[in-house]
Amino acid sequence: MDYLLTDEQKMIKELAHKIAEEKIRPAAAKYDISEEYPWDVLKVMAESDMFGLFIPEEYGGFANSTMNLCLATEEFSRACGGIAVCYAASALGTIPIVLFGDDEQKKKYLPDLAKGKKVAAFAITEPEAGSDASGIKTTAKKEGDHYILNGLKHFITNGGDAETYVVIAMTNKSKGARGASAFIVEKGTPGLTFGKKEDKFGIRASSTRELIFTDCKIPAKNLLSKEGMGFIVTMKTFDMSRPGVAAQALGIAQGALELAVKYVRERVQFGKPISSFQGIQWMLADMATEVEAARGLVYTTARMVDAGIKNVAKESAMAKMYASDVAMKVTVDALQLFGGYGYMKDYPIEKYVRDAKITQIYEGTNQVQRNIIALALIKEMAR
Amino acid sequence: MNIVVCIKQVPETTEVRINPETNTLMREGVKSIINPFDMYAIEEAVRLKERFGGKVSVLTMGPPQADSALREAISMGADEGYLVCDRAFAGSDTWATSYTLAGAIKKLGVFDLIICGKQASDGDTAQVGPGISTHLNIPQVTYVKKIEEATDKLMKVERMLEEGYEIIETPLPALLTVVKEINEPRIPSLRGLMKAKSAKITMLTQKELQLDAQQIGLCGSPTQVVKIFTPTPRVGGQKLTGEIPDIAKQLVDLVKDEVN
Repeated sequence: MDYLLTDEQKMIKELAHKIAEEKIRPAAAKYDISEEYPWDVLKVMAESDMFGLFIPEEYGGFANSTMNLCLATEEFSRACGGIAVCYAASALGTIPIVLFGDDEQKKKYLPDLAKGKKVAAFAITEPEAGSDASGIKTTAKKEGDHYILNGLKHFITNGGDAETYVVIAMTNKSKGARGASAFIVEKGTPGLTFGKKEDKFGIRASSTRELIFTDCKIPAKNLLSKEGMGFIVTMKTFDMSRPGVAAQALGIAQGALELAVKYVRERVQFGKPISSFQGIQWMLADMATEVEAARGLVYTTARMVDAGIKNVAKESAMAKMYASDVAMKVTVDALQLFGGYGYMKDYPIEKYVRDAKITQIYEGTNQVQRNIIALALIKEMAR
Repeated sequence: MNIVVCIKQVPETTEVRINPETNTLMREGVKSIINPFDMYAIEEAVRLKERFGGKVSVLTMGPPQADSALREAISMGADEGYLVCDRAFAGSDTWATSYTLAGAIKKLGVFDLIICGKQASDGDTAQVGPGISTHLNIPQVTYVKKIEEATDKLMKVERMLEEGYEIIETPLPALLTVVKEINEPRIPSLRGLMKAKSAKITMLTQKELQLDAQQIGLCGSPTQVVKIFTPTPRVGGQKLTGEIPDIAKQLVDLVKDEVN
C-alpha cells in the first residue's frame, strides 16, 4: 500500500531499513542470548542521525516528528524487537523533555540525545503502581533549591544504560494524581543506584532494571513543567509515544510475515512448496491484511500527532492496542507456518513471538487501552 | 589532504549477463550499485579527511545514471562528485578508461592521494587503478589493507600479499588500491543523504577534457574481446578409497586414461 510518504520520510525509511538489514538482523540472535546492551548497533543508529528524528531542529534534531519515529522504529523492529526498543525507549525518555522542558532544560539535554551520545529512559512504573499509576510511592521533597527523591522504580527500559531519566515522583501525596511531578535525573547523581536486571521472555537485547532512589538530591531546576503536572506529563508523553510502541509491534508483525512468506515458498511437503496449498495461502492473506490495517492506523495516528491535533488519546490507544494484538496473532501464525522448525531456536521466528508479547503489555496494557478508547467514546457521545 | 576516489557503478549480481553480439555488459533489469571494493576506497578517503581535513572528490566514468553512485558516495561523506560521461568514451577498455580518468584527475587540479578499490566486481581486471597512476606518472601501491602513517608528504601502508603483508612507504601524491580488510564502510547519515540529494554533480565530457581522440573510447582500446563466457563451476573431484597400493594403482590407471 502506498502511504504517500514525503521524500524525506522515504529517505528515513530506506536508511532505517539499511541499518536494520546490515547491522540489526545479523546481531539479533546474539543479543537475544547474551542480553547485553547493543551499544555497537545504537552507535550506528546515532551516527546515522536516527536519534534526531523526534527532536526539534533547534536542539540538534530534524523535527519533532512522531511519524519519523514510527518509520524508523518499524524498520528496526522488523529485524529485532529487542534492539528496536532500546531506541524507542530513548524516545520515550526524550519526549517529555521535548514537550515540557523549558529552554534551559532543552538546551542542556536534547542536543546529546539527538546525537545519540546519550540514551534516555522514562521511569513511572513501581512494584505497586503499574496500570494504576496513582499508586506511586516514590517521593520528591523540596528542600531549598533541591528536591530529595526516595523510592523504587522497576521494569525501567534502558534502566542503568541510559544517562538521562525522566522520573515521576509524588511531591504532594495528599493530592493523589495531582500530587505527582516529573523530574530529570542524571545517571551518576549520588543516591541513584540500579537494582537487578530482569531476565525477560522477549526483547532481551534491551535492559530492564530497577532504579533505587535513596536521598537522591537533584537541583530544583530539574523539575519538568510545574509541581503537580506529573500525570499530565505522563499522559501527553504516552499519547505521543504510543504510536511508537504500535510501530514496534507493526514492525515485529511485518518481519514475521516476511519470514513466513519466504519459508513457505522454500518448504517442500507432498512434493511441492507448501505455499501452493490454499490453507497456507489463506493464512498469509489474513496476516498481510491485518498488518496493513495496523499500519494504516499507526501512520494515520502518527500524522495526527504531527499535525498538532491536541486530543489523540483515543487514536493512540487504538493504534497501540490493535497493532500489538495483530503482532501477537501474526507472529504465532508465522511460527505455525514454520511447523516444528519454528519451535526451535535455530530458526528466527520463535523470537518474534516472544518479542511481540510485551507490546500488548507495556505503555499501558491493552486492557487499559480499551478503557481509554471506551471512555473517549462515551465522552464524545455525552458532549 | 585532497583525495580523489575513483569508483565504478556495477550491476548488483555475481552473475553478470553479457550481450553475446557486442560482448558488453547488459545493464537492463539489474540494480546498479557502487562496486563493493570502491566502498572501502570511499570510506578510507572520508576517514583520512576526518583526520587531516581537506576534501574528497569522487570520480566515475559511465552513463548518466552513474550519477546515483556519486550521490551515494557524497552521502557517506565525500564532498564533490564528477561524472565523466560522453558517447566518445563508450566502449573503453581498461587502458582507455585509465587514460580518460587520469585526464579528468588532471582537470580537477592538485591532489595528494588517489584511492581506488582493488578491482571491479564485474570486470575483475584490477587494471584501472594501476593504469591511472601510470598515466599520471605517480607511485602506486596496490592491495592496501592498512594505512599506518600519513603526513602531507609521505604515506606508510601495509600491502596485502598472498602470504602475509609488506610495509611500503611512498611519497605523495600516490595512488592506492584498497582491499576489503582496510575498513568497514559506514552507513550514511540522514544529513549526508540530504546533502547528497541536492549536491551538484559536475559532468566532464570530451569537450571539457580535450583528450587525445586516438586514446579514448572503443578506438582507443587495444583490448579485443574475442569471447566472453561464465566459467563453469568446478565439479567435485573423485575420491579414491582402499588400501594404499590399490589407490596408487587406481591413480596410475586414471592418469593413463587421461593421457590416452
